Amino acid sequence: MSLNIIVLAKQVPDTRNVGKDAMKEDGTINRAVLPAIFNPEDLNALEQALKLKEMYPGSKVTILTMGPARAAEIVREGLYRGADGGIVLSDRAFAGSDTLATSYALSAAVRKIGKYDLIIGGRQAIDGDTAQVGPQIAEKLGLPQVTYAEDIIEVKDGKAIVKRRIESGVETVSAPLPLVVTVNGSADACRPRNAKNVQKYKYAAVPSEVAADDKKKAFIEARPYLEIGEWSAQDVNADLAQCGLSGSPTKVKQIENVVFTAKDARRVENNDEELETLIKELIANHTIG
Amino acid sequence: MANFYTDNEALKHYLSHPMMEKIVALKERDFADAEKYDYAPQDYADAQDSYDKVLEIVGEICGDIVAENAEDVDHTGPRVENNRVIYAEGTQRNLDACRKAGLMGMAMPRRLGGLNFPITPYIMAADIVSRADAGFENLWGLQDCAETIYEFADEEQKQKYIPRVCAGETMSMDLTEPDAGSDLQSVMLKASQKEDGSWVLNGVKRFITNGDADIHLVLARSEEGTKDGRGLSMFIYDKRNGGVNVRRIENKMGIKGSPTCELTYKDAPAELVGTRRMGLIKYVMALMNGARLGIAAQSVGLSEAAYREALSYAKERQQFGKAIIEFPAVAEILSVMKAKLDASRTLLYACSRFVDMYKVYDDIAKERKLELAEKKEAKEYSKLADAFTPLAKGMTSEFCNQNAYDAIQIHGGSGFMKDYACERIYRDARITSIYEGTTQLQVVAAIRHVTTGTYANWINEQLAVECKPELQDVKETLTFMAQQYANAVEAVTGVNDTNFVDFMARRLVEMAGYTVMGLLLLEDANRNDSFEKSLRVFVKLGQAEVAKHADFIGNFRPEQIENYLYKA
Repeated sequence: MSLNIIVLAKQVPDTRNVGKDAMKEDGTINRAVLPAIFNPEDLNALEQALKLKEMYPGSKVTILTMGPARAAEIVREGLYRGADGGIVLSDRAFAGSDTLATSYALSAAVRKIGKYDLIIGGRQAIDGDTAQVGPQIAEKLGLPQVTYAEDIIEVKDGKAIVKRRIESGVETVSAPLPLVVTVNGSADACRPRNAKNVQKYKYAAVPSEVAADDKKKAFIEARPYLEIGEWSAQDVNADLAQCGLSGSPTKVKQIENVVFTAKDARRVENNDEELETLIKELIANHTIG
Repeated sequence: MANFYTDNEALKHYLSHPMMEKIVALKERDFADAEKYDYAPQDYADAQDSYDKVLEIVGEICGDIVAENAEDVDHTGPRVENNRVIYAEGTQRNLDACRKAGLMGMAMPRRLGGLNFPITPYIMAADIVSRADAGFENLWGLQDCAETIYEFADEEQKQKYIPRVCAGETMSMDLTEPDAGSDLQSVMLKASQKEDGSWVLNGVKRFITNGDADIHLVLARSEEGTKDGRGLSMFIYDKRNGGVNVRRIENKMGIKGSPTCELTYKDAPAELVGTRRMGLIKYVMALMNGARLGIAAQSVGLSEAAYREALSYAKERQQFGKAIIEFPAVAEILSVMKAKLDASRTLLYACSRFVDMYKVYDDIAKERKLELAEKKEAKEYSKLADAFTPLAKGMTSEFCNQNAYDAIQIHGGSGFMKDYACERIYRDARITSIYEGTTQLQVVAAIRHVTTGTYANWINEQLAVECKPELQDVKETLTFMAQQYANAVEAVTGVNDTNFVDFMARRLVEMAGYTVMGLLLLEDANRNDSFEKSLRVFVKLGQAEVAKHADFIGNFRPEQIENYLYKA
């Protein structure tokens, strides 16, 4: 049995060591001082995919990322570690996407890829911390989803057995393919880049990265494995009204640097009554609303 | 999130040494592999970029994984269960990371699964690994043994074993026995040939690093009735065949993560490597030279670790209202540590380049006849490698011990506690001047090149090279040191008594060492200003050391040797 696995990965600013100048005055991220990195939990997701590829020879791992052409670096990082190929979903029309527009665009790209058994992504990205894109893609594609996954133990009889981290411990679930899985940071760390792969794929690029350099272009043309896919909104038949800013109901009102001061935690039971009380409270003290 | 390659500018400086262009072009046969392998370089710049990127992987694994595991590995160490070695958990994780990153068999040719790296960038990886955990370097660095298979085994053996090493199987070199340590001619392990021509091994080996390896190179007595080195042959033992058990592992002072084993061979099937009787006199000598360069790299990595620990502590620790680094007594220790570290590293890479040059010619000679000029060059570099290897092993291992000592000194009482890494570094460093030939044996190997003038000739060539005007004063000091060295050699050899030469050998070799290292640092500073401080500090030290030895030799009457000798 071999699997077709899509890994959702995002290039994010490294917000783990944020200094004073991380935010510009207008509240947007100062990308100049924060290096662009592979979103950490997406690396955990990639490791799960690569592990499955080893378990089921012949499986294929494709990295799917949305962003500007330089996000091709994420696909290269994936290739260095053992992925088979990748696609950068890149179009001005996607600029300003919130999670809804992002999951719309990504699910359109997944549809275009067509053949897939598993779609694996990180639980959340360290820039937005929403944890929404994975689940939204599952909804849009009408697929089952397993969140907070720590280990995709095996795939058999059309089902994946997944260990997931939940509040009070771990649980192991079985879910039918095709399936969306979002992986927790507590899963195995991603394997290192491989020396041969790095040498093999270091010149891999999306067409627009090398458009201005005929020599590089010819070099890649002679070696098809170096070509990273670059898809526009049109390529994935996306409805422009659902893309980018126009497809994003989320409006950022204000961003501030919050230092957590509260020490006490409060436990709310998972029933409508308690949740309603909590929501009312949060609206009253303007935490939400 | 540490990267032990990118945070160390010196490594790039040596990677881009002017001689590398020629080494790489020869090693890559003018980049002929580019058509055959998708990971082979197109040209020199491409090759350099690949070395750089691969060393970045090494640096990341070492910074994030190997260094992080070092303390735990030192505490738990390996154990023996049912005659098999079980590595510490951290060691296993380190090995897994190196395997997945494809960092095994780095110097092996591509057709056998390797990366075809020259020795120089491979030794850089060893330098980086050793800084993270010197004990782990012993396991990872034993991939050197594949080099011996590549050089001396037949094609079938190469095809059988080298791809396995490249895929991550570990190796060992089984030489030492209870009664054959420095004196390997006394090896007793018995190799007997059966009627079908195959070989079996019987006996005991001791102090075998990674003795439960997948693939062993074994030195054994194949010629019954012989007693010296000419009765010894080299064998490959494959663990898959069984027959070798681990009786126990040693409880060591340092490099505790590396299992040092006592092995029993009971009718263990083995394959002969190369020609009978050449085991010690040819193959082990080659193996040892490679291993000695590896220990020099290990020493440099340890020196680096010791210096960094000392530096950061000295900046942090406040006494009498300021950081202790601001006191001249502390600052001097640190600058001398740094100078010894830089001097060690420049000697290590000079030696690596010489080894690269002669090895690559040796390899080309298997494919085609060398031109006359190439032959001459190969011979010259072979001689230089032969001269610089014991010098590098001897000097860098002694310096790393001195640096480890000083790192504890900088830490004061805290350094004597188990809480700081300097304590582990101190214990790990201690073996470097002992194994793969003690410093005393390195002197025995090096003294030939003192008396035949290999060092002196090289020194004179270097002195003839132009340097920046602002470094001219240092060059004058080095010229003076070279003169004192030449005088001392003349004085000692003039006595015409080999016993006297042996007695003075260490002093002469050190005089050569300080002068050579100073000249190499001068070359570095000529190319890169950041070396000037170390150059000046080191030459100041070297000048004093050379003068000390010159004084000792100059005021020594040959008959005074009697005061030093013992009888058992």
